[in-house]
Amino acid sequence: MAGPSALVLFGVTGDLARKKLLPAVYDLANRGLLPPGFGLVGFARRDWAAEHFAELVADAVKQHARTEFRDDVWKQLLEGIRFVPGDLADNEAFERLKTTLTDLDESQGTGGNHAFYLSVPPGAFDVAVAQLRRHGLANRPKGSWRRVVIEKPFGHDLASARQLERKLGRAFEPSSIFRIDHYLGKETVQNLLAFRFANTMFEPIWNRTYIDHVQITMAEDIGIEGRAGYYDGIGAARDVIQNHLVQLLALTAMEEPTSFGADNLSAEKRKVLAAARTPSDLDAHTVHGQYGAGWAGGREVPGYLEEQGIPADSRTDTFAAIRVDIDNRRWAGVPFYLRTGKRLPRRVTEVALNLRRAPHLPFNGTDVRALGSNALVLRIQPDEGITLRFGAKVPATPMELRDVNMDFGYDSSFAESSPEAYERLLLDVLLGSEPLFPQPEEVELSWKLLDPVLERWANLGTAPDHYVSGTWGPQSAADMLARDGFSWRRP
Amino acid sequence: MIINLTDTGTGAVQQAMSKARRNVGGASGLVFTLVVVAELSEYDRALAACLEAGREHPSRILLVTNGRARADRLDATVRAGEDAPGEIVSLKFHGALQQHRDSVVLPLLLPDLPVIVWWPGRSPKAPGQDPVGRLGNRRITDAMGDPNPLGALEVRARNYCDGDTDLTWTRLTRWRGLLAAALDAYPMDVTRASVSAAPENAAGTLLAAWLGDRLDVPVTLDRQQPGIGITGVSLGSGDDTITVVRTDGDLAKFSAPGLPQRLVALPRRDLNTLLAEELRRLSDDPIYAEAMSALVRRLDRAAERTQGRNA
Repeated sequence: MAGPSALVLFGVTGDLARKKLLPAVYDLANRGLLPPGFGLVGFARRDWAAEHFAELVADAVKQHARTEFRDDVWKQLLEGIRFVPGDLADNEAFERLKTTLTDLDESQGTGGNHAFYLSVPPGAFDVAVAQLRRHGLANRPKGSWRRVVIEKPFGHDLASARQLERKLGRAFEPSSIFRIDHYLGKETVQNLLAFRFANTMFEPIWNRTYIDHVQITMAEDIGIEGRAGYYDGIGAARDVIQNHLVQLLALTAMEEPTSFGADNLSAEKRKVLAAARTPSDLDAHTVHGQYGAGWAGGREVPGYLEEQGIPADSRTDTFAAIRVDIDNRRWAGVPFYLRTGKRLPRRVTEVALNLRRAPHLPFNGTDVRALGSNALVLRIQPDEGITLRFGAKVPATPMELRDVNMDFGYDSSFAESSPEAYERLLLDVLLGSEPLFPQPEEVELSWKLLDPVLERWANLGTAPDHYVSGTWGPQSAADMLARDGFSWRRP
Repeated sequence: MIINLTDTGTGAVQQAMSKARRNVGGASGLVFTLVVVAELSEYDRALAACLEAGREHPSRILLVTNGRARADRLDATVRAGEDAPGEIVSLKFHGALQQHRDSVVLPLLLPDLPVIVWWPGRSPKAPGQDPVGRLGNRRITDAMGDPNPLGALEVRARNYCDGDTDLTWTRLTRWRGLLAAALDAYPMDVTRASVSAAPENAAGTLLAAWLGDRLDVPVTLDRQQPGIGITGVSLGSGDDTITVVRTDGDLAKFSAPGLPQRLVALPRRDLNTLLAEELRRLSDDPIYAEAMSALVRRLDRAAERTQGRNA
């Protein structure tokens, strides 16, 4: 259970706040994890009364919360709900915010502990942080804490990421800055640690002797959905690979940490990321693509360039695939392929470790034609779980072999539904628990990995490779793996 | 559990599948996705065959049909844990969506596992070029499901591509086994061969082509004998003859040199059994490919002869 505290949400009218953050706050309250005097302050450029804001929160909770709506829980939460209207540049608004928080400290007993969640476009981080500093909101009185939470993207390259760190560092102590990568809050990602380090049967095969190559995929079936302003110029590699996929790579490939404390965990991630590199021939081992018009999931959809608000000559990548090699004893010679894209056939995130084929198969060639190699797939979303693929004999044949899947699903093995990632992360912010948040060095290392690729794409001077909406990406992505003798899984 | 969805999309179908799976306690261990492309009139027969096949091979079955509504929309029914161990999703396409069925089928395929596309009735001219057919590692057609079986078999043979099979071939499995075993037991250098079959029977044509190819002799095909399906095969060399005669589609009389005539059960098998057998094999079938190319040669020779006579 979190101690006395208040959460200030900037950008409370946005999608993320409505669909994820506000419902997560309610779910935490419903699970009894928020203190009695918890304060929730909305800040947005709307002329609302506190009651109107409370209604909005109630609607968001009823629509999107994971747990059932209960009046008593809501009443408890309602006591601490406040709203501050105003613009980020508006000094008066920040003074009002300060008064509101002081008032909450007195009436609700939030004890001067304030977390500021910046759910605003990255361009607005600077102003928000500067304002918090100017109005003394970032200064913590003795015995209390002030924390700031930011969402990806953490810059758009190494230089801008460092700049952002410097600005945040002027207002907040390093241990008070929480960078959210919501993937790290997912149960399956945490379970990846349990899976790897609590069991004996996987560690012996978790290396180059047994593993042939690794595919890490995050596919979305939607397009940019009206987020042209955010997405154009950013693209798939910056939006997804830099944070989610590199983090998944680090957790999959790192050595065993001494403990799951933030320092020890981050030390292992940093080590493996420092050993990771992209190939020298970037043209052969990376692909950037852009979706064209087509039929996806039974609906006719426009191409990226026809989306509203996208310039007709945009070269933004909506699909990105890169090969990463890790130069250490465990992984030398095992390629890691990271791919992500929009308007792919289905929404899915997974880490697939493909094992080497058996060195000798004492079977007829025709009997093993349908046999692939063993694979271990960590399904991050949806249907969180683990799949093990291996060969088995087909009944009623002499010795015909075929791949079968053995599935473990969280849903069916544990009756309790998994908390949403944001529930866990918000709670961790209030508790000051850092292990599930990427540290600044990890962010820098991932930019170091990606910067040369982005630079190469920008210098190519050609449009990204075309792919039809609703398919698994451009032909060049298939060719990229075929060159290495592999093919993409259909996730 | 049955969930009906009207005017829906793949996202909603996927959610319904997850929900159904959770409610019935997981459909783990599915081995492939079977896509069944049927006409509305064949729907019930195809569904019955799917349920049967699902029992032998727990799988995700996508039953694709075209509906008659005017609107451009997709209707779906998700069945899990009802009659079969796997999942069965009926997809009914209306209007313009009928041209883009692959865009709905692709997202619903099971990860990584093989995909088999089956046309129980009429099938496209070149299944390997068909938008839905292209999604499959294996494509199964049935010439006998076509109003013109002999014509359909010829189209199959001329458009063969790796991964194709026709159930006509599966119908021959036992005949081929019996004849091969007979020649192993009574080796002879076959110089004459004949097949007799009912007038519209495609299997007889394919058997004649296969025998001609394997034995390297001309094979005569007799369509005049009474009976159903393939009615008989005879292989001979000098005075010796091996014959199999089956007039009732069930019990065959087998005779070989110097032996009394014996009875062999050689029943015609139903569609479900044929499909289940075909699904045991998920890789290309090179013997079938050879038989189909032999059939093309045989048909070409016959056409040349006819042209020669007409000239």
